[in-house]
Amino acid sequence: MTGKRLVQVAYLLLVYGFLYIPIGVLIVYSFNDSKYSLEWRGMTWEWYETLFDDPDLLQAALNSAWIATLSATAATVMGTLAAVAIYRYQFFGKQLLNALLFVLMMTPDIVMGIALLILFASLSLPLGFWTLLLAHITFNIPFVVVTVLSRISGFDRHLLEAAQDLGATEFQIFRRIVLPLLMPAVVAGWLLSFTLSMDDVMVSFFVTGPTFEILPLKIYSMVRLGVTPEVNALCTIMLGVTLIMILMAQLLLREKT
Amino acid sequence: MRIREPFKLIAIGALWFWLIAFALLPNLLVAVASVLTRGDNEFVVFTLTLSSYRRLLDPLYLDVLLDSLWLAAATTALCLLLGYPFAYLLTRSPVRWRPLLLLLVIVPFWTSSLVRTYAIMIVLKTQGLLNQTLLGLGLIAEPLELLYTESAVILGMLYTLLPFMILPLYAALEKLDPRLIEAARDLGAGKITIFLRIVIPLTLPGIIAGSLLTFLPGLGMFYVADLLGGAKTLLVGNLIRDQFLSARDWPFGAAASVLLTLLMGLLLWAYYLSARRANRGLP
Repeated sequence: MTGKRLVQVAYLLLVYGFLYIPIGVLIVYSFNDSKYSLEWRGMTWEWYETLFDDPDLLQAALNSAWIATLSATAATVMGTLAAVAIYRYQFFGKQLLNALLFVLMMTPDIVMGIALLILFASLSLPLGFWTLLLAHITFNIPFVVVTVLSRISGFDRHLLEAAQDLGATEFQIFRRIVLPLLMPAVVAGWLLSFTLSMDDVMVSFFVTGPTFEILPLKIYSMVRLGVTPEVNALCTIMLGVTLIMILMAQLLLREKT
Repeated sequence: MRIREPFKLIAIGALWFWLIAFALLPNLLVAVASVLTRGDNEFVVFTLTLSSYRRLLDPLYLDVLLDSLWLAAATTALCLLLGYPFAYLLTRSPVRWRPLLLLLVIVPFWTSSLVRTYAIMIVLKTQGLLNQTLLGLGLIAEPLELLYTESAVILGMLYTLLPFMILPLYAALEKLDPRLIEAARDLGAGKITIFLRIVIPLTLPGIIAGSLLTFLPGLGMFYVADLLGGAKTLLVGNLIRDQFLSARDWPFGAAASVLLTLLMGLLLWAYYLSARRANRGLP
């Protein structure tokens, strides 16, 4: 290895170290058998067990998983249909629709959070399950559209033309040809949406009420009180869930058409 | 194709409805709320005024605004400085390793930034890893107060936002045609000239997209400031949140949010212009 190459590899390692060491420390300490010290005192599951003894926490986790499942599903249905429509058809306002989706994806979370809060307040909707669900569907849609569109671009248009010539309706073409070919991207979009929804703090912060607690906000209120091994364990579980979802999504997206 | 295809109508109609109801309308309401007056019993009273915008220029809030802009700009600059060479090296890495190397950036991209902020908290706390390491190496005599400083907030934002800078930069650098660089070299351009006149202009869309994804959240991520910066109001995000949660001054919070939206519009416009220029291939 030449000197230049060595510097390059060292730089990559340094940045990867920066990205992963804090997470690694977090995971290691979630298993440390000591409440306060930094020293390693041996392996324990104690902190994980405490988590499962906390009914409020379990309820919040359940609520989060429920919202994530529902919002990811709704966003995937709407986002997939939209992506197919954007690819297949010319229609009035298509450019504007594309632009709106892009802007929605780029909008800072806090801006979206208070915008939706003001909307729900002016509709006099009580903050809780429904408002949270509507908000999560909204921020998930553009991610599904982008994920699905990126796969459609590699499509063979002749397949669709052949189906059309043979007299298939638009829905039949969608159901029998487009959807099966798109399936990996659709599932990947769902997984990414689920992750986004599961992890969201900012938007949820504004649009949920005291009646419906969710995990990220629960973690936020715990973290504000400081570093504890229980929070380490909880964060490690969150990391694990995200990791599994992302790995699955990446595998699906890499599959050849 | 038949014009009144129900499938087409539903697919497009549903998305239009959703975007108008939950993206366009809410933002219009924010703009409206920002020129109304704060109410005693209701959130807003329908008296038009620009006083919320004037208050943004009040020294008390202007300080927060400028501080926050500084923190976000510093974070963005650091992300770019750290991320650009990194993204470049990724495009030059062996093809066999590249999927894995990219995946290692994508995973933190999707990981909860709250969890990642907490991880920084663990490293920085008085009894934390960094202090213990420095003490062990004999570089410091007693633990440093690393948490609850502005530097901690910048570090935390750098840590959570770096992947959002790297990925757009990588996408832009990967598209860069190496033949353009060769051509420039053949024509006698030096390394610096090539970088400034060819590489930078052609990857400008990536640079702006990355900055958009780090600068705007850098203004808004109130929980990073809360957890790493202590109780001070550091970011525009904290200011906005407080107006909606404790101060109950919705018009003022809405005005601050409109400011963020305008900044976003400005950056998106810059992105659009740079992308158009880069696509023409002529810097």
